Amino acid sequence: MSGISGFFVMLAIAVLVHEPWRWAGYILGRRLNPDDEIFKWVKSVSTSLVAALAARLLLFPSGALAGIPLWLRLAAFFLGVAVFFRTGNTAWKGVCAGAALIAAGKLVLG
Amino acid sequence: MSNLDPTWKPTDATPAWSATATQTEALYRGFMAAFGIAGYVLIAGSIGFGALVRDLGLGIDFAILSSLVFYALPAQVILAAELGRGAPILTAAFAVTLTSVRLLPMAVTVTPFLADYKGRRWREVMAVHFVAVTAWIEANRRLAPLPPHLRLSHFMGFGATFMGFTAASAAAGFMIAGSVPVALTAALLFFTPSYFVMSMMQSAYLRSDWLAIGLGAVIGPLVYLVSPDLDLLVAGLVGGTIAYVYGRANR
Repeated sequence: MSGISGFFVMLAIAVLVHEPWRWAGYILGRRLNPDDEIFKWVKSVSTSLVAALAARLLLFPSGALAGIPLWLRLAAFFLGVAVFFRTGNTAWKGVCAGAALIAAGKLVLG
Repeated sequence: MSNLDPTWKPTDATPAWSATATQTEALYRGFMAAFGIAGYVLIAGSIGFGALVRDLGLGIDFAILSSLVFYALPAQVILAAELGRGAPILTAAFAVTLTSVRLLPMAVTVTPFLADYKGRRWREVMAVHFVAVTAWIEANRRLAPLPPHLRLSHFMGFGATFMGFTAASAAAGFMIAGSVPVALTAALLFFTPSYFVMSMMQSAYLRSDWLAIGLGAVIGPLVYLVSPDLDLLVAGLVGGTIAYVYGRANR
């Protein structure tokens, strides 16, 4: 998909099936107050959804991460969580610790 | 004080600069806020995406334009994968639709914080284009403590910068594809899921927040084994609802 016609096809897909979800969210969200019960429910649903997405990316990866054995991916994730808790709930330290183990593990395993 | 909500009062989390900031300063602070772990995670993920685009035989224009037009990596990845294997446009479009549903609840929960201080709807609709998972996570952290009239500008500051990061990084990833050791690419791709979980844990405040995260992480993969298209929706709705009900019962 390249060139001007490719761009228009991409734009059509985005405008017809992708962006409308954001617009719908805007229309619904405009009437909401963060103190509303519905807002809290949607926030809870979004949180679980994102957690499920992260789990999918870790357990069923595509691309370069697929070449990393499951045990190493899980070890890196839990190492990251441990570092997170040990550093006063600091997300970036946990993320970097886990990523470092992945890189190191891959270099060792080959 | 804020014209949007005269009852708003600063809290402990409200940054000092917001007391006297102009719209431009809020925008600039948002821009600066993008240069943190969230931004680096987006850069890492987009580099991986750019490399994937090249692996699939698509062009660098696809890598850059899809980042601007879709600004949602899962939708972009699916579209790239479908087109790369020569699937018909309608099949590709359908696959994108399913994955884009997640934008709905994200947009619903960010929109109440995107009110334009002059009531200009077009600015609000423009801002909602910049809602994606990472922007959602950062918006949840940064917008509520701010005075309402500064939130939209602040969001645009980091939201637009994030988008710039993804487009530039996708191009960079495309260009370096194949010449970077797999160990590094794998580590970069690992950033995304771990950032999602850890930053939500960092903001988790009530036990129901933790429950939502835990249930989503467990239900998602189980459903994925049965139906790879519905895992996010089922995990979100079931896990999120249980966590919400638990939170409500224990308030």
